[in-house]
Amino acid sequence: MAGRAQIRTNNSALIAMIADEDTITGFLLAGVGNVDLRRKTNYLIVDSKTTVKAIEDAFKEFTTKEDIAIVLISQYVANMIRFLVDSYNKPIPAILEIPSKDHPYDPAHDSILSRVKNLFSAESVASGRR
Amino acid sequence: MSGQSQRLNVVPTVTMLGVMKSRLVGATRGHALLKKKSDALTVQFRQILKKIVTTKESMGEVMKTSSFALTEAKYVAGENIKHIVLENVQNASLKVRSRQENVAGVKLPKFEYFTEGETKNDLTGLARGGQQVQLCRAAYVKAIELLVELASLQTSFLTLDEAIKTTNRRVNALENVVKPRLENTITYIKGELDELEREDFFRLKKIQGYKKREIERQLAAAKQFAEEQFTDKVSLQKGISFDSAHNFLSAAAVNKDEDIIF
Repeated sequence: MAGRAQIRTNNSALIAMIADEDTITGFLLAGVGNVDLRRKTNYLIVDSKTTVKAIEDAFKEFTTKEDIAIVLISQYVANMIRFLVDSYNKPIPAILEIPSKDHPYDPAHDSILSRVKNLFSAESVASGRR
Repeated sequence: MSGQSQRLNVVPTVTMLGVMKSRLVGATRGHALLKKKSDALTVQFRQILKKIVTTKESMGEVMKTSSFALTEAKYVAGENIKHIVLENVQNASLKVRSRQENVAGVKLPKFEYFTEGETKNDLTGLARGGQQVQLCRAAYVKAIELLVELASLQTSFLTLDEAIKTTNRRVNALENVVKPRLENTITYIKGELDELEREDFFRLKKIQGYKKREIERQLAAAKQFAEEQFTDKVSLQKGISFDSAHNFLSAAAVNKDEDIIF
């Protein structure tokens, strides 16, 4: 198993977010927000003026940073950079697609859930037969 | 093609046969172990799969309640609360800790969240709507709790998926490539050894036949020699050899001996 990426045992890691303002506000209220010494935030507020390029950059930055364990991303934002999210396959940081207030949650778009459903439906059919 | 490529290139000897046999035993045992590992991982995988589906479904519910709590807080405390919150961000008080869980030799990460230090938003909504803001906070902490659980499930899912794939690949490689190849090599070596044995046997047979013939010939020669010797001895005992007898007779014939009738 030499080829596999080592899973770090980190004692304190952050949760990064790419979402709309309301969702971010809520999570910041819970206390996930972090600003480092260079005034870099661990979240990106996506509004109508945010470019796809900015989202891509933020996604790449969050997924390569060492102190981030989970990246929360609103589903409609994830849909904008779907190719990046789908091509991401590392276990850490984990990418979680969360529903946002303005956009209904569609499980079919979720990269993980679609795979899960794929396996699960086949399995449930098999178990239903028994 | 299948005969040549499906066996290892070895010298067919008894030692090599032993080596191949021990390797086959090893491959069989490894195959059994890997199969067991794959089964164990699959069991774990199915459990995680079920958990992921239920957690994902409940996530929608939890996010809905937390969004609603935020709307309530906004309504009571005013729209500018989000600016206060956004301004107050300094250090994360809610962080994630990751540890490893070992399932059949595969390390699965498990996340758990913990709060650290004081929250900076304690005074948020002090002017009005403080209780709603705290409720909203609690709702989002709950959402985080669920999301962290989901994240660890999801990470385990990906890691297990990968591990199961590699394990199955190994199982199949052992079953379909390594074991047939070893078996073919063993049959090849056995065939070669049998061939050698037959050759040896034949050679021995040939040598035996040759020796037999040789002995017979010598025996015959010895017998002849002995017979000749015997006749010589007899004639010597009579004091007269066949030759001299002949001469005697012919001389008699010449001399017209009257005593000799014929």
